[in-house]
Amino acid sequence: MQEYFIIIISAVLVNNIVLSQFLGICPFLGVSKKLTASLGMGGAVSFVLVLSGSITWLLQQYVLNPFKIGYMQTVAFILVIAALVQFVEMVMRKFTPPLYKALGIYLPLITTNCAVLGVAIINIQKDLSFTKALVNSLGHSAGFTLALVLMSGIRERLEEADIPESMQGAPIALVVAALMSMAFLGFSGLL
Amino acid sequence: MNLMQEFTKGIIKENPLFRLMLGTCPALAITTSVENGLGMGAAFTGVLLASNIVISLMRSIIPASVRIPAYVVIIASFVTMTDQLMHAFTPGVYKSLGIFIPLIVVNCIILGRAEAFASRNSVVPSIVDALGMGLGFTIALVMVCTFREVLGSGTFLGIQLLPEGIPAILMILPPGGFITLGCLLGFLNKMQKKYAL
Repeated sequence: MQEYFIIIISAVLVNNIVLSQFLGICPFLGVSKKLTASLGMGGAVSFVLVLSGSITWLLQQYVLNPFKIGYMQTVAFILVIAALVQFVEMVMRKFTPPLYKALGIYLPLITTNCAVLGVAIINIQKDLSFTKALVNSLGHSAGFTLALVLMSGIRERLEEADIPESMQGAPIALVVAALMSMAFLGFSGLL
Repeated sequence: MNLMQEFTKGIIKENPLFRLMLGTCPALAITTSVENGLGMGAAFTGVLLASNIVISLMRSIIPASVRIPAYVVIIASFVTMTDQLMHAFTPGVYKSLGIFIPLIVVNCIILGRAEAFASRNSVVPSIVDALGMGLGFTIALVMVCTFREVLGSGTFLGIQLLPEGIPAILMILPPGGFITLGCLLGFLNKMQKKYAL
């Protein structure tokens, strides 16, 4: 039990996927202007991330490893993720139209979100067991959502601030991210 | 079509990192030393060049409805090759770039060039476009790396510049990446307004 707790704390706070591992920066900067949008993006990414994390683990363990084609990892994983995103999109459109409408535009973007492929590869590199890989994916997606929601809270207030013209938009968002990342560095004493 | 123009647009006017804000993940993560930046730039340019050539050659064969998966498979194959080559010939850089070599697959710049350029142009302009974009991205990476390495570890390409004890370790930690890129972008925005680049 303790092991799982450590994995979760490490994934959410200490090694936060956005602020200390730099995965998923594009949506972090692009979709963090409004709180509702960032919650939607966080939800969609979490969903795909956990699903793809489990499927790629099974794929690696039962297909790539037995046939000794580990070098096909990148190609196999990206195909799984792309197919999964398409599949999730179709299922959502059929069964939960309101949710599909809410997430609509973010769904196709998830294929090229490096957080999804990144966590799948990290799970394999760390040699985690299936349950640990699942917990690790859950922790990382919670960390992603947390970073996105915190960022959007700050940016909603930044809208009203008087920022020099050349720093508006992405530059100031990056500086804010730097301060957040410094705060998250403080968590490294936790473990 | 002016080839020189295709080449230079990737360096200044449409610089993938500074102008289009694409490829920010590797630009923040691996820019702790100039050596890493050059390695990443080379790997990226190689993959972009190869995928641009193949995609522009196959542009009339690939049906429009499945073009994105087709591009992704082409790019992923070249990324795998690069991964294996770097593992064999440059083990040091391979180790420090780590997970960001396979992640070149999801680098939006490469898919973006495939969709916006290589699928609509013949081979020669596509090669020129890939070289320009690759060089532009490499220059941008090296700029970020230079600030971070000099301030963070007091060296440049491993050569000691600042006396020991002075470096601000923060610059090679995650916050340093965000702050360097943020300030550089702000500065370049200002320059662009001033000189209308």
